[in-house]
Amino acid sequence: MTDLIERPVSTSDGDNVDHGTETSHHHDHHGPTGIMKWLTSTDHKVIGLSYTVTSLIMMIIGGAFAEIIRAQLVSPTSNLVSFSQYNELFTMHGSVMIYLFVGPFAFAGLANYLIPIQIGAPDMAFPRLNAFSYWLYLTGSITMLSGFLVGGGAANFGWVGYAPLSSAANSPGTGADLWICALLLTGFSAIFSGVNLVATIFYLRAPGMTLFRMPIFTWNMLVTGILILLAFPVLTAGLIMLYCDRHFGTHIYTVQGGGVPLLWQHIFWFWGHPEVYILALPFFGIVTEIFPVFSKKPVFGYRGMVFATLTIAALSLGVWAHHMFTTGAVLLPFFSIMSLLIAVPTGIKMFNWIGTMWGGKVHYSTAMLMSMGFLFTFLIGGITGIFLASPPLDFFTHDTYYVVAHFHSVVMALVMGALAGIYFWAPKMTGHMMHEGIGKIQFWFLFIGTQLFTFPLYLVGLHGMPRRMANYPINPSWQTLNEWGSVGAILIGISMVLFLVNVIYSWKKPVVAGDNPWDGHTLEWFTTSPPPSHNFLSLPPIHSERPTWDYNHPDHLAIEHNHKKQAKKSAKASAASDAS
Amino acid sequence: MKFEGTVLTLLGVFYGLMGAVYWIWSKDDTGGVMLVGALALGLLPGLYLLWWYRRSGKRLRTEDRQDATIEEGAGVISSFPDSSIWPFVFAMGCFMGVLALVFGTWFAFPAIALGVMAMAGFTAESRRGGDI
Ligand code: HEM
Ligand SMILES: [Cu+2]
Repeated sequence: MTDLIERPVSTSDGDNVDHGTETSHHHDHHGPTGIMKWLTSTDHKVIGLSYTVTSLIMMIIGGAFAEIIRAQLVSPTSNLVSFSQYNELFTMHGSVMIYLFVGPFAFAGLANYLIPIQIGAPDMAFPRLNAFSYWLYLTGSITMLSGFLVGGGAANFGWVGYAPLSSAANSPGTGADLWICALLLTGFSAIFSGVNLVATIFYLRAPGMTLFRMPIFTWNMLVTGILILLAFPVLTAGLIMLYCDRHFGTHIYTVQGGGVPLLWQHIFWFWGHPEVYILALPFFGIVTEIFPVFSKKPVFGYRGMVFATLTIAALSLGVWAHHMFTTGAVLLPFFSIMSLLIAVPTGIKMFNWIGTMWGGKVHYSTAMLMSMGFLFTFLIGGITGIFLASPPLDFFTHDTYYVVAHFHSVVMALVMGALAGIYFWAPKMTGHMMHEGIGKIQFWFLFIGTQLFTFPLYLVGLHGMPRRMANYPINPSWQTLNEWGSVGAILIGISMVLFLVNVIYSWKKPVVAGDNPWDGHTLEWFTTSPPPSHNFLSLPPIHSERPTWDYNHPDHLAIEHNHKKQAKKSAKASAASDAS
Repeated sequence: MKFEGTVLTLLGVFYGLMGAVYWIWSKDDTGGVMLVGALALGLLPGLYLLWWYRRSGKRLRTEDRQDATIEEGAGVISSFPDSSIWPFVFAMGCFMGVLALVFGTWFAFPAIALGVMAMAGFTAESRRGGDI
């Protein structure tokens, strides 16, 4: 069934109708219900929620693997799991978390739900393609996890699938093929999401929603979409070649037939490093929405933020081989310089976030605490990344737990960003508040757990402990540090249980949220919670990047960030008309 | 459209320049080819948008104008589907397709069947639905 969708009408300036209550005339849809609704819906809100819930389930599955890994590492000679099981566990932990949780959560879960609403659009540009993406993602996830059910077990060559370890001779199992095929499915799913993001943001904005009035979250998703289109096809091509090597007798990555194993690393990281920014930018966007709302200020340095995001997009394609420094076959100075440069825009963002909070009336809600936890933890991850970008230091730390700690600082920061987004937008999505008290306890467990988990790993890495080992040399200091790391992992696990408790609690004892519980700035807070089908019955005038705020606070209008330029322009125009 | 096209074009040009520096300096063909490929991926949509902008007489759309009012955008946006089973069917076809790659060719039969069904369904649906 297709519907012609008209633009929502305007809510004229100044009148104080409570636009939330006039939902009586919203058109009902006689579409399918129940499971058929889930199977057939092309509504971006339904798809966004499906993505969000599925990816959170993946997070719990991947987290369970992590807890087993940490339990194994409490003792240097533990035999909780066998060596080959250990290899499967760390491979699937990394794969589930990167391919099936963080990415889909960020660029397809929240983004799908929010982007059309933030720009005043009725849906994503290609709703059926959007639904198709979700089904590819779900079937891809099932394909990858079913590796545990086949003889020979799941893939066990690490989430990076390095050649020649991933060749048919070295990894003959069905699990490896399932891993490759799962990534084909999720890879296409990501590409289609990227297409949808870019097309929606380019073509479906509401009147007056110029690019430089878009919320920063939308900006970041636009750039994420562009990066997806640049990076994912490379990975997919690489995987197809890997499959051909394994089954059709080609020798692209095998030395025996004249191939080059290092080619895989180039291809993988040419996707892999843009991917880390594909993962990070959405969460940058989430916290950039949250800091201003809970500081009661507009975002500090809007244009600087946009510029930083675009710079990151530009530079992120030129740093891939910092993952390959120790191969001895890459141009060290080039990749080192580029990697150090990319820290600059990231730093700009850090200062902008601090500038947003600076002098504001900061309200420490759960979403705000999570965002601040994100800021702190990401800072540590970024700084240790800068050390790794220096080849002499990387030669010392490569493939040790120091690297593991670096990216866990980063990705645990992203987990905090994800939770910040959920606490912030759940009222919009469900119409009900999450419990703030449980949320804050959860935050402290998560925050302390994360630091307790990563700091010992940095140290044990500097002591030389290699990553991906099920057992390690008996050494009291290594063991103590590993024990602390496992304590941290337990705290993180408890925080996730608290999250589930909060979800169930808020569901059983619903507290109605209303349209705009946080006095939000952007368009999603203008419509009802949850929004009606096709999102808006009416739209406020859009004169700045804070339309909803302007509408609700006519006496405190947001100052346009480009007001100086505009003033100059109009001065020039009037000067010109005077002269004539 | 102008700014959208310019951003993509500039990104592409940047990748091209970076690729040139990299290729000449490192003599690594893999990375060089991939970066120059990225140049094309930036220019293709970027120049297309700019061309479209020129073709439409450099007219600013309401969403590109700072002073546009909501009323100006009145009218139909487009036709949007409400629900459709075909994305699910098509994805199941793809799922069977990759299972054929892993477990054996016989999975290819349901894969092709589902794929054909879905494509026929998609086409019929697009014909039927909407008035545009
Ligand atoms: C300031 C920016 C950053 C710099 C300079 C940086 C630098 C590096 C370097 C040089 C390595 C390779 C270390 C080695 O293997 O010896 C590395 C590894 C890694 N980084 Fe970062 N990084 C940065 C930000 C990020 C972000 C934002 C993410 C994720 C969202 C991330 C995720 C990772 C991952 C997953 C690995 C390990 C990959 C593996 O071998 O399994 N990094 N980083
Ligand atoms: Cu990297």
